[in-house]
Amino acid sequence: MPNMRLTKNPMPSQKADVRNKNFKEVALGYTEEMAIDEAQRCLNCKNKPCVEGCPVKIHIPEFIACVAKGDFAAAYEIISRSSSLPAVCGRVCPQESQCESKCVRGIKGEAVGIGRLERFVADWHNAQENVTVNKPESNGHKVAIIGSGPSGLTCAGDLAKKGYEVTVFEALHVAGGVLVYGIPEFRLPKVIVQKEIDTLKALGVKIETNMVIGKVLSIDELMREYGFEAVFIGSGAGLPRFMNIPGENLNGVFSANEFLTRINLMKAYKEGSHTPVYRAKKVCVVGGGNVAMDAARCAKRLGSDVTIVYRRTEAELPARREEVEHAMEEGIKFQMLTNPTEVLGDENGWVKGMLCQEMELGEPDEKGRRRPIPKEGAMCTLECDAVIMSIGTSPNPLIKSTTAGLEVNAHGGIIVNEDGLTSRDGVYAGGDAVTGAATVILAMGAGKTAASAIDEAIAKNAE
Amino acid sequence: MYKIVKKEILNPTVTRMDIEAPFVARKAQPGQFIILRVDEDGERVPLTVADYNREEGTVSIIFQVVGASTEKLNHLNEGEYIADFVGPLGKATDIENKKRVCVVGGGVGCAIAYPVAKGLFEKGCEVHSVIGFRNRDLVILEEDFDKVSAKCVKMSDDGSWGEKGLVTDALRALIEEGNEYDEVICIGPLMMMKFVCALTKEYNVKTIVSMNPVMVDGTGMCGGCRLTVGGKVKFACVDGPEFDGHEVDFDEAIKRSGTYKAFEKGEREKVCNLYKKEVE
Repeated sequence: MPNMRLTKNPMPSQKADVRNKNFKEVALGYTEEMAIDEAQRCLNCKNKPCVEGCPVKIHIPEFIACVAKGDFAAAYEIISRSSSLPAVCGRVCPQESQCESKCVRGIKGEAVGIGRLERFVADWHNAQENVTVNKPESNGHKVAIIGSGPSGLTCAGDLAKKGYEVTVFEALHVAGGVLVYGIPEFRLPKVIVQKEIDTLKALGVKIETNMVIGKVLSIDELMREYGFEAVFIGSGAGLPRFMNIPGENLNGVFSANEFLTRINLMKAYKEGSHTPVYRAKKVCVVGGGNVAMDAARCAKRLGSDVTIVYRRTEAELPARREEVEHAMEEGIKFQMLTNPTEVLGDENGWVKGMLCQEMELGEPDEKGRRRPIPKEGAMCTLECDAVIMSIGTSPNPLIKSTTAGLEVNAHGGIIVNEDGLTSRDGVYAGGDAVTGAATVILAMGAGKTAASAIDEAIAKNAE
Repeated sequence: MYKIVKKEILNPTVTRMDIEAPFVARKAQPGQFIILRVDEDGERVPLTVADYNREEGTVSIIFQVVGASTEKLNHLNEGEYIADFVGPLGKATDIENKKRVCVVGGGVGCAIAYPVAKGLFEKGCEVHSVIGFRNRDLVILEEDFDKVSAKCVKMSDDGSWGEKGLVTDALRALIEEGNEYDEVICIGPLMMMKFVCALTKEYNVKTIVSMNPVMVDGTGMCGGCRLTVGGKVKFACVDGPEFDGHEVDFDEAIKRSGTYKAFEKGEREKVCNLYKKEVE
């Protein structure tokens, strides 16, 4: 008999007024008892709507059935057939709009905590000693992956499991892409990312750091001189956008990318770090996405008084609801319907405030979101000594500009077909480099699609 | 890990190192830069490529000890390793089809100006060099500039070497003498580049400057290196590091370069104290 309780087992977490002063993980994870209890809420539906909601098609009811029986090793085995990064996805996937949104239990009550169970299983697995990874026998075919973020790692993992000789080229000094430079420690501890990468290495994936493809080697060289039969581009979103308003180059104005990279990749949050990060008294974060929430919550942990400035209302915030709630609990203020028009500076060129236009919501746009329009004559000034711009990114032009025949759209995103194939033979792409800034799991889905297309194409050529 | 195959002390605060990095050496060109990390916890330090040897697979860097990382780097010796070395980054200098160019270098900026002068010379361009230092003790690359320059004017602030005066004085004299330049390429402290550009604007001579702003990743991701050029925001790491000097907003760049000054000074003192303790 399933457990018919209407609510999920709550996630044990650090208290808001404690965690907003440290960088340790906010959510602590289920105990075995909680996991088994939660798993028993699953009805094991025949038509499995949850699987349809998963971009990498994890066999969700099957793994949950194993958890319910207490067979965590079997549960892990089922998840890892579909996902190369379960400990990551269990933490950062927007399950509420994917698998859990389709859960039958969600019709009356709360969906099964699929994400929390996935995380539990992955963490349980990672805590086991002497886990052996079976390295498949090489099939002799070489594939190059550009970028070691979620799409690249997924593509690499899937191909390695099939016996391909995979080399991942990473521009930075450490692998992981946005998982290490962008998403903060308190949402995704870096030891977890490293564990997942180590598992891929054990599968035979080679990772070459400090390699900026497009500069040190071109895609053509990889294919012609180094014998890679296919290339997957997962180079990520790239250049931060700014608002193009006066004062944006004052000292104390940062892109969210710079602020987060200093803190996460360069460990500026740690005592004794050699990387400087500006610890402002009062920070305004402009934007309302997940990255804005991450930047705001990092700034809060560095001791700043933080306000999120967004031009629409709370209902339109593009960030995950959970992130918004976490930010609010941690004492971050939200200034809605406010659009900066100028960053104000002092005589030494440092930020002292922001001049803003008050907005109101007008007619819905083509996406159905109500468009913000300026409220005539209503201006306000926000006092602050740092501004973090978190209004999105545009694709990095490095690879496009050095790869002849690679077509991109008007926004600079690489054009691909449904298999992830670009306009160049043997060259595939996925993740933010194609879509512009999106989520980890969508990038992983794209990496997965491309991996299976690459496998098919190479197998066909070999015939 | 990347091996230091050669180390040469150029003056008390400036050191040259040849680093084994065959992939970078194959592609590096004058005007481009690299980013290095001295050790596992190190910051990412951007440095312009001073020279390269494609056969031996080495890239030369010349650095001035200004902060904690360069202090640590300077304590390493031949045969030791640094953690990371990535490049070549940024766009290369356009050295093609130039008849006569004046290369102006100031202080450690001469280390970056030299490969440009050499590159131009090898392409058959007539190179006039103006190199300036605060005093005789800080001079670097004098003979190297002599070799590639049809004219090499040497300036020092205190007159202890070459002529007493600023590089702008020498450049003005060269232009007034009737030397016509396709362009001036100027690399040095921001203040010097600002005044050289003000001067060449008077004479309407195109001027290229090499910018070295605060930077984290060097691949276009962080936006920390942004500058205003011709009224538009540009990223030094992907759009530069060289720009049309007459379009660069130097006053803004000078202010932005001070963002982390206090932190850097403190960090260097900490590192220096550590080395002092080791000696004691």
